[in-house]
Amino acid sequence: MVSLTLEKVGANYGRRTVLSDVNTGLLRGGGLTAVIGPNAAGKSTLFKRIAGLTSGPGTVHLSDAAKGPEGICYMPQDTGANAVLTVYESVLLSAKQGSGWKVKDGELAEIDRVLGELRIADLAFRDLGELSGGQRQLVSIAQALVRRPEVLLMDEPTSALDLFRQIEVLGFMKRLSAQSGMAVLIALHDLNHALRYCDDTIVISGGSVAASGRTHEVITADMLRSVYRVEARVEACSMGRPVVIVDGSL
Amino acid sequence: MMVAMTDQVSGIEGRGRYRALVLRRLLLIFCLLGALFASVAVDMALGPANYPLADVLTALSRPETVSDQLRVVIWDIRMPIALMAVTVGASLSVAGAQMQTILANPLASPFTLGISAAASFGAALGLVAGIAIFPVAVSYMVPINAFLMAMLAALFIHFASTMRGVTVETIVLLGIALVFTFNAALSLLEYLASEQALAAVVFWTMGSLTKATWPKVWITGAVLLFAVPLFARHAWALTALRLGDDKAASFGINVRRLRLEAMMTVSLLAAIPVSFVGTIGFVGLVGPHIARMLVGEDQRFFLPASVLCGALLLSVTSVVSKMLIPGAVLPIGVITALVGVPFFFVLIFTNRRRAW
Ligand SMILES: Nc1ncnc2c1ncn2[C@@H]1O[C@H](COP(=O)(O)OP(=O)(O)OP(=O)(O)O)[C@@H](O)[C@H]1O
Ligand SMILES: [Mg+2]
Repeated sequence: MVSLTLEKVGANYGRRTVLSDVNTGLLRGGGLTAVIGPNAAGKSTLFKRIAGLTSGPGTVHLSDAAKGPEGICYMPQDTGANAVLTVYESVLLSAKQGSGWKVKDGELAEIDRVLGELRIADLAFRDLGELSGGQRQLVSIAQALVRRPEVLLMDEPTSALDLFRQIEVLGFMKRLSAQSGMAVLIALHDLNHALRYCDDTIVISGGSVAASGRTHEVITADMLRSVYRVEARVEACSMGRPVVIVDGSL
Repeated sequence: MMVAMTDQVSGIEGRGRYRALVLRRLLLIFCLLGALFASVAVDMALGPANYPLADVLTALSRPETVSDQLRVVIWDIRMPIALMAVTVGASLSVAGAQMQTILANPLASPFTLGISAAASFGAALGLVAGIAIFPVAVSYMVPINAFLMAMLAALFIHFASTMRGVTVETIVLLGIALVFTFNAALSLLEYLASEQALAAVVFWTMGSLTKATWPKVWITGAVLLFAVPLFARHAWALTALRLGDDKAASFGINVRRLRLEAMMTVSLLAAIPVSFVGTIGFVGLVGPHIARMLVGEDQRFFLPASVLCGALLLSVTSVVSKMLIPGAVLPIGVITALVGVPFFFVLIFTNRRRAW
């Protein structure tokens, strides 16, 4: 199973350092890891740095990855695109990068399968420009999945989805990673989703790691106060699961 | 990766529909090709003396069987012009298509980035002041001047775009600034020019195919044959650029390098035809838009469609420019817009897909 360790990882845009000294324990495949933190903390930057899209000090250790760094796939946060392409073509585009013009039946079957899995097969021949925000986000997930990544970095994949789609996508990703051994890091703003679906959590604040470890040990009232500046409780609900209840801002 | 979120939807439908879509596009491309051949044949039949189409086809297929006069008119006079329309139209259209792609801007074209304006200024330098920027072949002074200025403008844009903090929007702005600068310089030259030189400059900037010769056809054709395969090799990557830089980068594309490489090729592709035939602005802007409306933006179809739409647009224009006033050949740069605009409007207003 693929695993990932970050050692003293930093990132800079030009001369400005926005991320420094990020260390993590072993991030194992087969489950979801939440990356949480306030706006502008550096979550997206961390993902880009891991995917090799920005430069910076430190090393990203990858082990048991058959495809090597190629197997790391970053799913960007913004998915606004106005290309004159159908959903089907845009997913094919992702699958075919770096290969020839000819499209085999097997490759098309793969696209049909991914669209089916995400339940957007009915959108296949709609133009990208006429999709809703949530539909775009689902297409973006499809584009990432057809690449068959070993490490998938999803930047707020559920931010535009309705409640049903949010839990459907997160539940699907959890099952998928458990089954395929893929390592999935998900940047999230909904801490209850993190508590419910992610085994581990990394908290980024001001460009460095504020806390990391098992999710229920990381998401605590103290952390919420110091990192998010909110007064909140983490309590067990009637089903016994921990939930975050926010009382107010500091 | 075999877990479905809930029920799995049958995969056959999407695959079949996609194959049908591809077939329809291929058909469209073949129709364009057929129309292009027809247009070129008609173009060669028309002129001061009109020949029946059958004679033209005989002269093309078996030149030894027709009269010397017909052979000379078709092969040495009309064919270079007809083929120049094809190569120039194709080059400008592809150049426009890739500028629009890499700059993510529907207004980008050889015109918008100042390449045409720079060429006009270079040509005017030769025509008005007799200045040869690169004094070698006097008979080619005007096109060489035009080409050097066009490349200078293109290189400026190229180096500006490598600078940190220069976004694609800034590049378009810089291009438009270049247009204004070169137009001002051109006006100044025109103001100072003699009446005779002024007429020459005005005629040059209108764009005309009448000075086409076989060497010019070969040069534009060769650049086209060099550029198109280069773009074809990057077809998937160029298409992905239209999903945004972040998305393209996440597909493993080196966005910066791809953009620079495409920009260099595009500059050459735009500068050569402009320096031979003058300003024909419309094709580079509208050719790609027509192609996009017909086949979408998958470059495997968009690229050939852009080639054909540009070539067809200019070839039909060449035919029309001979027919409007019998006996006179109107400057093609003027006619392109007149022919293309109505067609373009019809496409925009009847198209069920978005145009950009
Ligand atoms: N391309 C860029 N150039 C310069 N600075 C940038 C760039 N992208 C991000 N930054 C800066 O880096 C810092 C971290 O940004 P990042 O996008 O990683 O935050 P984030 O944690 O993903 O926030 P959000 O929750 O809002 O998505 C911010 O201060 C931002 O202004
Ligand atoms: Mg972010």
